[in-house]
Amino acid sequence: MAKPILIALALMFLAAMVLLPVVAIFDRAFAEGAGAYLAAIRDPETLAAIRLTIIAAMIVVPVNIVFGVAAAWLVARYRFWGRRALLILIELPFAMSPIVAGLCFLLIYGAYGPVGAALEPYGIQLMFNLIGIVLVSLFVTCPFVMREILPVLQVTGEAEEKAALTLGANGWQMFRHVVLPNISWGLAYGTVLTMARAMGEFGAVSVVSGAIRGRTMTLPLQIELLYNDYNATGAFAAATVLTLLALVTLVLRSVLNRFGPNREAHA
Amino acid sequence: MSFEALDIHKSFGDTPILKGVSLSVAPGEFVALLGPSGSGKTTLLNIIAGLAHADRGRLVLDGRDITRLPAGKRRFGMVFQSYALFRHMTVAQNVAFGLKVMEGARRPPRERIAARVGELLEMVELPDLADRYPAQLSGGQRQRVAMARALAIDPQLLLMDEPFSALDAQVRQSLRGEVRALQKQAGVGAIMVTHDRAEAWALADRIAVMDHGRIVQFDTPDALRDDPATESVRSLVEGVA
Repeated sequence: MAKPILIALALMFLAAMVLLPVVAIFDRAFAEGAGAYLAAIRDPETLAAIRLTIIAAMIVVPVNIVFGVAAAWLVARYRFWGRRALLILIELPFAMSPIVAGLCFLLIYGAYGPVGAALEPYGIQLMFNLIGIVLVSLFVTCPFVMREILPVLQVTGEAEEKAALTLGANGWQMFRHVVLPNISWGLAYGTVLTMARAMGEFGAVSVVSGAIRGRTMTLPLQIELLYNDYNATGAFAAATVLTLLALVTLVLRSVLNRFGPNREAHA
Repeated sequence: MSFEALDIHKSFGDTPILKGVSLSVAPGEFVALLGPSGSGKTTLLNIIAGLAHADRGRLVLDGRDITRLPAGKRRFGMVFQSYALFRHMTVAQNVAFGLKVMEGARRPPRERIAARVGELLEMVELPDLADRYPAQLSGGQRQRVAMARALAIDPQLLLMDEPFSALDAQVRQSLRGEVRALQKQAGVGAIMVTHDRAEAWALADRIAVMDHGRIVQFDTPDALRDDPATESVRSLVEGVA
């Protein structure tokens, strides 16, 4: 008896909280017809925002992969002073409000912050441009890859790596042929999460972007801007693009879940 | 190939694990490191393999000092306690690994590697399982694959860390003889870590009895029986005889 009630409750909740809003975005975006929708998407500012969002994600994701693998490796394979502190520090972005993170970056890397002021004489500006957007996106996404790989590394242990070393493999061969195949699913999963977050981040990016129209507006910022301009079709059309990007990562994620060998055993 | 470990010291933090251990292996000789857990035998094996480093002491192979040589350059075949087979590689790929990662000129051509893998699987009596994955093998089969993989690199010394401990008693008995035969056939010196005295007696030419980071006595099984150096060795021998 409990089962059908639980199912009904879950479905109702999902419909109200997830499905309806997504449907509403598409409904509103097409409310004035497909022509208006396409025109809104082809708006130069919106196209620029899409481009900037994708460029930023394409920088953030690889950097995060390298950092995440290195950090997970360090924590899984070595015992050192400050290891626990490092683990907590890496997870800090999970706990911290993104807008606070953005403000921190502004304080340090902005023109009046210690780092920003030191770099200014050389004509290097870190905030209110692509660099700033990339920096804060790195901050908010930095735990994802590391968190996915760490448990896999801990479960597989280092015996295989030692075996590879005794058989004559150098560090790179060991990583390429032994470690990478073992962590590949966790790595792919963490990458997808990073990508989704990097493209969707609003709070931290809004602080450091400077909101220069057509230049430093990412897609989430552009959506808010259009909405505040009473350009509902434009806002919702842009929102459909972001939603589609999110859906693509979601599909990727479930594909990984489905075909990833022994994900349960690894996680 | 003759091998010597000279006056090896090792501590973890303030805890001394090895307190001046010396050991030698003559060409083709089978040496067992016998001792209770915590006696330092696995640490010693890891130092010999190059997976850990001694605080003091030297390792000498055929008169050449290899103390600082990295693990991969020593060409010591190692059989790990839980075998440490590469789980995402087939049996054949596991055995071929050591040959495939060799540097440019020393790496045999593909056909040579395939032939050698075939030979080795023939030798460990698993020719039909080349395309299986480790998870699809029994414990005894895994042990043989680990053995074949270690022998593939034509090792200068064979190191084994409790190679039979993950097997049930029956398989253990039959594999002992096979391991000894393979080692003789390859003509390679071997060091086996074990806490099982019957195993040491059944396999080894010489046994190094370890206790609390020292080698208490290092001699042939017969000599250990006839002339035990300490009370603990005496009680150990009585248990076997």
